[in-house]
Amino acid sequence: MYRYDEIDQRLVDERVAQFRDQTRRFLAGELAEDDFRALRLRNGLYVQRYAPMLRIAIPYGLLSSRQLRKLAAIARRYDRGYGHFSTRQNLQLNWPKLEEVPDILAELASVEMHAIQTSGNCVRNITADHFAGVARDEIVDSFVWCELIRQWSTFHPEFNYLPRKFKIAVNGAVADRAATFVHDIGLHAVKNAAGEVGFRVIAGGGLGRTPIVGHVIREFLPWPHLLTYLDAILRVYNLHGRRDNIHKARIKILVKERGVEKFRDEVEAEWLRLKDGPATVTEAEIRRIEARFTRPQYEELADVKYHEVQTPFAAWRKRNVHAHKRPGYAAVSVSLKKTGVPPGDVTSTQMERIAELAEQFSFGELRVTHEQNLVFADVRQAELPLLWQSLRELGLATPNIGLLTNIVCCPGGDFCSLANAKSIPVAEAIQRRFDDLDYLHDIGELDLNISGCMNACGHHHVGHIGILGVDKNGEEWYQVEIGGNQGETRTGEIRPALSASLGKVIGPSFARADVPNVIERLIETYLDLRDSESERFVDVVHRTGVEPFKKHVYANLDQKPTDRRRALAA
Amino acid sequence: MPTLIRNRQIVAEPSPPDLVVFEPADDLSALAGRIDTLQIVAVNFPKFGDGRGYSIARLLRERYGYKGELRAVGVVARDHLQQMAQCGFNSFLLREGEDAQAALAAFDDFSEAYQASAAQPVPLFRRRGA
Repeated sequence: MYRYDEIDQRLVDERVAQFRDQTRRFLAGELAEDDFRALRLRNGLYVQRYAPMLRIAIPYGLLSSRQLRKLAAIARRYDRGYGHFSTRQNLQLNWPKLEEVPDILAELASVEMHAIQTSGNCVRNITADHFAGVARDEIVDSFVWCELIRQWSTFHPEFNYLPRKFKIAVNGAVADRAATFVHDIGLHAVKNAAGEVGFRVIAGGGLGRTPIVGHVIREFLPWPHLLTYLDAILRVYNLHGRRDNIHKARIKILVKERGVEKFRDEVEAEWLRLKDGPATVTEAEIRRIEARFTRPQYEELADVKYHEVQTPFAAWRKRNVHAHKRPGYAAVSVSLKKTGVPPGDVTSTQMERIAELAEQFSFGELRVTHEQNLVFADVRQAELPLLWQSLRELGLATPNIGLLTNIVCCPGGDFCSLANAKSIPVAEAIQRRFDDLDYLHDIGELDLNISGCMNACGHHHVGHIGILGVDKNGEEWYQVEIGGNQGETRTGEIRPALSASLGKVIGPSFARADVPNVIERLIETYLDLRDSESERFVDVVHRTGVEPFKKHVYANLDQKPTDRRRALAA
Repeated sequence: MPTLIRNRQIVAEPSPPDLVVFEPADDLSALAGRIDTLQIVAVNFPKFGDGRGYSIARLLRERYGYKGELRAVGVVARDHLQQMAQCGFNSFLLREGEDAQAALAAFDDFSEAYQASAAQPVPLFRRRGA
């Protein structure tokens, strides 16, 4: 955890006071609805379908047990006793009262938390690789750089009223576990031939209604120039991004309309004027930030070998336990994707237990992933069985990380006023259909993402299978895409970060009841076509194209599932 | 008449008839040549959420070295003032209906800023250890 110093704390406290006054003025009729909207949004407060929604920032997804306990208490006192972890690594409360939000913010500030810039047309929460600091393929600890960028972006006087929201992701390892190619700016830590650290800068990516894979605009930016370069990109965007049409206001459209070359030239020209100025990052600042992070006090341990393969514990280990750079330690995914529970939802009671387990097993810290799960990053391998038992009692040990039922899903029409369709019941119906663990493991790695509207909060464009809720004459229908890919995420295989790819729509949309059948048909096609178990669903789509999948889905939609499942499971 | 705040004082003064009002889409370099001859430059904020003027102000101050009065006009609300001041504005024509006295307090909403800006060219991280 980065621990606030006196100034960090003071700024957050001052924000609480400022927002309290803004809320008071609104409630007293001194501030017009539209103006308050612009102000409340940049503090994470939406007015939703049934109630306001408050999005609490979890900078780069890192949380302490103490903070999680506070979130549990807030959710219990001010909400309905649960919260929702989002794909931006934040926590959303769906039922707070507008007039109580200042009090919630004050409670958050007491544990070095806030809701600053979790919404609105400003730089949003910085997201990162959830294995930062523990991954075997690490280049730098991205959290240190994320904190530097968090401070730079917090109340940036020049960039608080951008044309549209702005999302930055930082990846510090070889594999890209932060979906950097689909952010407004993606940063990859890289080392040059001399071993110096710098960043590959990707700009103009994004999902939403115009999904675009970002472009590398600079292969190597030496780290001292990180903030001046960000200033340059943001300044070009702030001045020239479109403000006439909300759907064309993201930086990706500016990059597209100007052309990558011209955009890059403008950024470089602006940067040359800022380069080596006072905003140039100093070694001392990086050391200062590093020193304010708590660090696990690792013991010298040896790796522990577990031999059994057919037990539930083995299945969990296979999917939810990840390699760690220290011998004898492992990173553990806490699955928030149990069938029947909306993906990413956690109750206050669970939060409190998770906080306790993080203290017992992982130095009192945990991470939120952009796939809406949690990670205990520093678990002793010898304690895995005990941790597994404890998580299982809480319903948080579903062995499905990386599998089809680890569905990424937005809150959808059950909560969100933007949604065209519900997404949570679709996720549940699919999870129920694919309830056979052996079958799931046989299908192998598969990212399934669901968004309830084209704003794409469920990142459906980069799901190997992506489902999008659409509105047809007032009815909820679902469009299916295949072949998307969030980047090269595979652990255990060290390879350069590959670019993301966007899914292709297979054809006309489906009624909700048909969606599980469609997924079943897609999986059947995949199993027929794959060369071997190591060829993943998305690899087959890339090899064969959409056509064979499309054909099988539309020709056999009404038929019952085949017996393949039973045959394979036998 | 809307209220003008200059250098943190409420002043009663009509806008000069020859006031140059810079629109966000105008070309800044056109102004650059005669910057030394200007005593007031006004930058218009056409909407509550249009943030181009912040960049324009910083460029005028930090790149073109403009030293005169830099006035924010248009949709200028108390909630904007501190950040406008950080970007280099030193006068503010408040929109209709703003409480000028209350607005004066808004310059001190935050006691510190992380970033380099026109008002504080040295970012916090270079001052923190000192």
